[in-house]
Amino acid sequence: MEREPAGTEEPGPPGRRRRREGRTRTVRSNLLPPPGAEDPAAGAAKGERRRRRGCTQHLADNRLKTTKYTLLSFLPKNLFEQFHRPANVYFVFIALLNFVPAVNAFQPGLALAPVLFILAITAFRDLWEDYSRHRSDHKINHLGCRVFSREEKKYVNRFWKEIHVGDFVRLRCNEIFPADILLLSSSDPDGLCHIETANLDGETNLKRRQVVRGFSELVSEFNPLTFTSVIECEKPNNDLSRFRGCIIHDNGKKAGLYKENLLLRGCTLRNTDAVVGIVIYAGHETKALLNNSGPRYKRSKLERQMNGDVLWCVLLLVCMSLFSAVGHGLWIWRYQEKKSLFYVPTSDGSSLSPVTAAVYSFLTMIIVLQVLIPISLYVSIEIVKACQVYFINQDVQLYDEETDSQLQCRALNITEDLGQIQYIFSDKTGTLTENKMVFRRCTVSGVEYSHDANAQRLARYQEADSEEEEVVPRGGSVSQRGSIGSHQSVRVVHRTQSTKSHRRTGSRAEAKRASMLSKHTAFSSPMEKDITPDPKLLEKVSECDKSLAVARHQEHPLAHLSPELSDIFDFFIALTICNTVVVTCPDQPRTKVRVRFELKSPVKTIEDFLRRFTPSCLTSGCSSIGSLAANKSNHKSGSSFLSTPSSDGMLLRLESLGQPTSAITSNGYSSQADDWASELAQEQEPERELRYEAESPDEAALVYAARAYNCVLVERLHDQVSVELPHLGRLTFDLLHTLGFDSIRKRMSVVIRHPLTNEINVYTKGADSVVMDLLQPCSSVDARGRHQKKIRSKTQNYLNLYAAEGLRTLCIAKRVLSKEEYACWLQSHLEAESSPENSEELLFQSAIRLETNLHLLGATGIEDRLQDGVPETISKLRQAGLQIWVLTGDKQETAVNIAYACKLLDHDEEVITLNATSQEACAALLDQCLRYVQSRGLQRAPEKTKGKVSMRFSSLCPPSMSTASGRSPSLVIDGRSLAYALEKNLEDKFLFLAKQCRSVLCCRSTPLQKSMVVKLVRSKLKAMTLAIGDGANDVSMIQVADVGVGISGQEGMQMFVGLLFWFQFFCGFSASAMIDQWYLIFFNLLFSSLPPLVTGVLDRDVPANVLQTNPQLYKSGQNMEEYRPRTFWFNMADATFQSLVCFSIPYLAYYDSNVDLFTWGTPIVTIALLTFLLHLGIETKTWTWLNWITCGFSVLLFFTVALIYNASCATCYPPSNPYWTMQALLGDPVFYLTCLMTPVAALLPRLFFRSLQGSVFPTQLQLARQLARKSPRRHRTPKETFAQGCLPKDSGTEHSAGRTVSVPLSQPSWHTQQPVCSPEASGEPSTMDMSMALREHTLLERLSAPAPSLPTFSLLNWISSWSLVSRLGSVLQFARTEQLADGQTGRGLAVQPHSGRSGLQGPDHRLLIGASSRRSQ
Amino acid sequence: MTWSATARGAHQPDNTAFTQQRLPAWQPLLSASIALPLFFCAGLAFIGLGLGLYYSSNGIKELEYDYTGDSGTSNCSVCAEAGQGRAPPPPCSCAWSFSLPELFQGPVYLYYELTNFYQNNRRYGVSRDDEQLSGLPSALRHPVNECAPYQLSAAGLPIAPCGAIANSLFNDSFSLWHQRLPGGLYVEVPLDRSGIAWWTDYHVKFRNPPLVNGSLALAFQGTAPPPNWRRPVYELSPDPNNTGFINQDFVVWMRTAALPMFRKLYARIRQGNYSAGLPRGAYRVNITYNYPVRAFGGHKLLIFSSISWMGGKNPFLGIAYLVVGSLCILTGFVMLIVYIRYQDQDDDDEE
Repeated sequence: MEREPAGTEEPGPPGRRRRREGRTRTVRSNLLPPPGAEDPAAGAAKGERRRRRGCTQHLADNRLKTTKYTLLSFLPKNLFEQFHRPANVYFVFIALLNFVPAVNAFQPGLALAPVLFILAITAFRDLWEDYSRHRSDHKINHLGCRVFSREEKKYVNRFWKEIHVGDFVRLRCNEIFPADILLLSSSDPDGLCHIETANLDGETNLKRRQVVRGFSELVSEFNPLTFTSVIECEKPNNDLSRFRGCIIHDNGKKAGLYKENLLLRGCTLRNTDAVVGIVIYAGHETKALLNNSGPRYKRSKLERQMNGDVLWCVLLLVCMSLFSAVGHGLWIWRYQEKKSLFYVPTSDGSSLSPVTAAVYSFLTMIIVLQVLIPISLYVSIEIVKACQVYFINQDVQLYDEETDSQLQCRALNITEDLGQIQYIFSDKTGTLTENKMVFRRCTVSGVEYSHDANAQRLARYQEADSEEEEVVPRGGSVSQRGSIGSHQSVRVVHRTQSTKSHRRTGSRAEAKRASMLSKHTAFSSPMEKDITPDPKLLEKVSECDKSLAVARHQEHPLAHLSPELSDIFDFFIALTICNTVVVTCPDQPRTKVRVRFELKSPVKTIEDFLRRFTPSCLTSGCSSIGSLAANKSNHKSGSSFLSTPSSDGMLLRLESLGQPTSAITSNGYSSQADDWASELAQEQEPERELRYEAESPDEAALVYAARAYNCVLVERLHDQVSVELPHLGRLTFDLLHTLGFDSIRKRMSVVIRHPLTNEINVYTKGADSVVMDLLQPCSSVDARGRHQKKIRSKTQNYLNLYAAEGLRTLCIAKRVLSKEEYACWLQSHLEAESSPENSEELLFQSAIRLETNLHLLGATGIEDRLQDGVPETISKLRQAGLQIWVLTGDKQETAVNIAYACKLLDHDEEVITLNATSQEACAALLDQCLRYVQSRGLQRAPEKTKGKVSMRFSSLCPPSMSTASGRSPSLVIDGRSLAYALEKNLEDKFLFLAKQCRSVLCCRSTPLQKSMVVKLVRSKLKAMTLAIGDGANDVSMIQVADVGVGISGQEGMQMFVGLLFWFQFFCGFSASAMIDQWYLIFFNLLFSSLPPLVTGVLDRDVPANVLQTNPQLYKSGQNMEEYRPRTFWFNMADATFQSLVCFSIPYLAYYDSNVDLFTWGTPIVTIALLTFLLHLGIETKTWTWLNWITCGFSVLLFFTVALIYNASCATCYPPSNPYWTMQALLGDPVFYLTCLMTPVAALLPRLFFRSLQGSVFPTQLQLARQLARKSPRRHRTPKETFAQGCLPKDSGTEHSAGRTVSVPLSQPSWHTQQPVCSPEASGEPSTMDMSMALREHTLLERLSAPAPSLPTFSLLNWISSWSLVSRLGSVLQFARTEQLADGQTGRGLAVQPHSGRSGLQGPDHRLLIGASSRRSQ
Repeated sequence: MTWSATARGAHQPDNTAFTQQRLPAWQPLLSASIALPLFFCAGLAFIGLGLGLYYSSNGIKELEYDYTGDSGTSNCSVCAEAGQGRAPPPPCSCAWSFSLPELFQGPVYLYYELTNFYQNNRRYGVSRDDEQLSGLPSALRHPVNECAPYQLSAAGLPIAPCGAIANSLFNDSFSLWHQRLPGGLYVEVPLDRSGIAWWTDYHVKFRNPPLVNGSLALAFQGTAPPPNWRRPVYELSPDPNNTGFINQDFVVWMRTAALPMFRKLYARIRQGNYSAGLPRGAYRVNITYNYPVRAFGGHKLLIFSSISWMGGKNPFLGIAYLVVGSLCILTGFVMLIVYIRYQDQDDDDEE
């Protein structure tokens, strides 16, 4: 509100200052009074005004404005934009030409009508769109948040739009950041907060953000009034992953600002009660919005081709006009000298030179023949697309019940492209998988615990799901399909028969309920939490527990356990504590009372270490030991100890640490037997529900798994972790260090002091590939070593097994450190930490030093559950000829595992792995691969190439397997190699290689790379690409729809124009038209527009289910078989023929008669219309009542308009005088006779050709349709119901079909379950019952045949195809938006019903959309 | 159970046949088996219709005579020669004699036909003022620009009726004489010249301007006749109901023909003894030869034609139906072959 003290550069604007010349912006608090502000109150008011002004002047406030027009600017701006479309300019030009008397053909005003109509429609649509944008802007602008007000000295509610740079904003959990905010304070004791960035990048895992260094140490509530620092940061840019700046405190100290300090607009605060921050970028300067700008208008392939065709039409038009002009010139030349009575001289009586006449004639011809360029084509196509989008949006199968959101398709211009996709780019997490980690099985000490019950439980979730939804289990009936082997996948196949769309794994209703209850946690569906323990293992664990409880007071409690049991115990301890999971209680969120500290390494200094283990710390503020101990965290740590009930005076002998050099007293582990009673008493809070908040879902999964074995993580403080066991009670581990996970080490470790043994233990959890290499070498000499070795090899086997199952594997290992070792390591570690430069590198080294000589405890297999139906979908997509690329940020192992799980990779196919660390290596590798791929046809065996030091090129699968496959290999490439491969000189090779491959998997790729890949493929291969997820569900609808319009719309016109053209031969090429101007102008606007529209929207060549079962049909769309260039010419030829027929028959019929111009022309129009409609009829594949109605309506409309028009006014339409023509014609039998015969004659060849082709050389699509028709013919009733679609309402029909099947097979009592079906189900048409017996019979017949060689689409296939429909739907539905196609995050699609702006708002958007939605902007 | 209307989310799409695109649909599959009956049925129907048309068209008699006088054989060539190169051509008359061996079945229509006359030429076709013709006084005084150069006379008076069409009004006239017995007297056959124009044209579209003092001539005062006309428009006929703009010949002429070869109705013969047609005997048509067509290679013809339910003589329609019908049958046979040939395959497929 006021000016900041140092506001020197510019006088007015206080809030935030931008150094125009510099590359940075400076942000100051808005709360600071300006220098020399006289009266605070007056200053405030004045400043307020000024600030507003200042903001509007040169900084973006937080107001969102995406509208294009204002009320005033709408008309000119919109018209201006519309005239960017050449067609519009052309038509306006033509219309204006009509005002020139010498050449006009129509009534000038009338000629303007169509183009005005078209412009009006478009303008209206634009207006509507803009209005919707305005509404959603308004909604977003008026979201509330709490901003600190200087006047009221507290946070007050403000609208988003009122936020300015420099404001202090306070947000609570689950709120969305209104702007880019620098995090200054968090309720979290450690100065952290968690955010979910799903709105920006679609990732749902939590990301951690940190309070700016220097503010994290504040004890009390952050007070914005005291904030006097100045923030210098970059100018607004769109790089989401980068933020640099520094904060300059009053005392001149500087602190760096990083990405970790910035909260981006659109993200959601999670797991943190409240945060306070200062706004740095607002409104359109926020990173999210900068990323959001500049939508690329994508022209669909069809549209491009259509434009080409339109150009041909223009050419044709010019040719015809030229021809006509020359003809007219000759005609004039011939007759003008002869004083012909019909020759009209110019108005002044002089005769017209033939050349001038020809020029005039040319122009008039262009006007008359303008119908050749279908003015309404673009509009019709837009309408068709809008309708298609509507239908896509309305698709029940793309509706998600959980979030109650339907699919929203934002792009108008891609619907028809959906049928032509050739490449699919997909993200893995959240798209292929649910990003829900579920503990599946584990192996400890070489023994595998298969967790069958757990697997069954997981299966039950699915079952519960399906039962809940459909109640009809289609037991057994479909089992022929399920050859997948894994219990679960078979079930997947069985399960999803109902038409419901939202079958995700886990009982989703339940999950929904749960997630509603626990808003704070991001990952906690019951499916993930309630793990059913393996009974054997559970028994062993409790055995450990018991014996330890007994032995706890003895010297070496663990020594009493057998090695296996001790391993098990350690394994679970490791699962429980080796993570960064935070425990919260719903009723007691973490508060500031607790300590803040840097999580990464709790022990900061050796003094700190010493001090913490000193009882004297109990007094707050104590700094008796170590001169350096006077550091800030000091007193806080004290307070934390006070808060720990068990910390009263447990002194451990310093000597026990075995560090004679320093006098360390340690409070050691706090769990003492005598404490237990009291502690338990204290803990009497009745079974608090604990919640685990993890950065990544797999951590939580492990903790939940351990909990299932009664090893419960109850508390995690900065330096302590408490674990509760049933007998042993609470064990509190001193957390000495946490060596966080990083992608290079691929592991994390915690260093703890074990309360029972008092030893210092390192628990490491990491990828098996690394951990297995770090194990303690075991000698094969002694029995123990051999045993170890055996365990390892067993574990390795199990790991391989897990990996093959697509589980994420983690190895758990342990290392016991002697005190000397620890002290030694600690020394160097602290050095590394305190090292000013490259401390990261040193810490990394330090971690590596620690994580050696590990003792393997066991391994876990976590399932990153695939989305439902993913493998099936992928295989279907494959069959459809789509290449699938998965681009993931995941590590290679995981990605490959998942790829196997979802059948993207096959175990019996070759996988080319491309890992290179340098440009040259990559080039060499690519060459090698290429050679290999090319030679593969000849040489089957996989070429094993040992790369140079830095490269690896091998076939992942055993040679024996790979030889078996004749299929093309798959390519796996990691991010680094991808970067090289995408270089200019290599990209062609890379593409070529990728083209040969069945699927491509890019691991560890950055978003930028992802977009580069997409761009590359799109531009180089000229292919249709789709970035998941996108609704390709209604392929059938989409496929040929627009083609229909394209063809019919144009052809009608061409025929029409042909008619006019032929007439020129009989009227001296004078550009006279026998067709009345009204018909000419409105023909394609009124009479012939509706039926093609309906056809375009509703036509399907093949029913969806057939498409689902026969995905290869999709290829016809890919190849644009239905709309090829030659189709255009074929149609042109046909149109020529048609026009000849339609012209010559009336011509001959009325030849040498007293017919007048318009009495002759009107039958021709009628004939043209009928021919047009019949033509459309021949091309229409699906006739619904809408088609009939619109065709009838068109004819009716024509006659009505004609009758009214011809009766309305005798003299009103100057160039033509159609009065009473139609009425007279209706009394003329010749009219009817001509109109009956001509269309038939005109369409005879087309009909002949079509039927011949349908019989003799049918296309694939036709075959499929044929099959689709035939199969139901066998079972009449199912067909009927099917043809009418199996709506969930009629799902009873389906059910009953299934019922019939299942009754005799396996579930005799099934009928009793009845239920879900909607009322209609029970009251199904009686036809059902009548045919029941028949169907039962046939079905049983089918089912009893083990390998059904069903020729066509039996009911069986029919059923399963339905499940596929829905599955595809759900897969697509839950696929997260991957904005690859546009290469920019946040552009577009993601859409949430209640979030107006795409991708920015909305806490949990789940729907995805369009490959490349053009954001309406 | 959750899947009921009550549990539906607010955004759940309507599950109707329409929104889910499950409208009942007929999906015909064009193939030989479907096209086969279609072709045969259509073919048979067309052939039947064609035969009917053909015979009814054949029953129509036409008698035509080219009186242009090009060849010099007819006695109109004198007039043709006389009119050569002179505008306007001098009045001239000639005659056409013919004899009917038997009754020319009535009703008989008398047409004149012009060939190579481009009434459908655009600049010609628009050269008229419908408002003027509908009797609008203001339009009478101010013809539209489209009429130019026949908009204003040389004296600057508005031309009524204006425009090229009116200017080129066909002005030959005919009278028919019948000689009942050889050597007998020629009796004039009454030509019914009323009702030759469309009823709506005559009654609605064409109206005389309001009479001034009961006189049509006064109403047209201040206008000039078209340059080619010898008489002003209000003197086209002595009959007050057939003069001015509502002169039937004029109205017929103003309905511009569609094709460069056209006929226009001149009269109908349906009165008195001739209501059944033209009885046998010798006939003579006296022609007032005024209209110059030789300059542009046109011809003038006189046509007597009887008429049937489907209008004048038109053999084409019948033939066309026969042809199309035969084509349909032919295609049908091809389809049949295809069907037989590929039927087996389909059956195989189905097994």
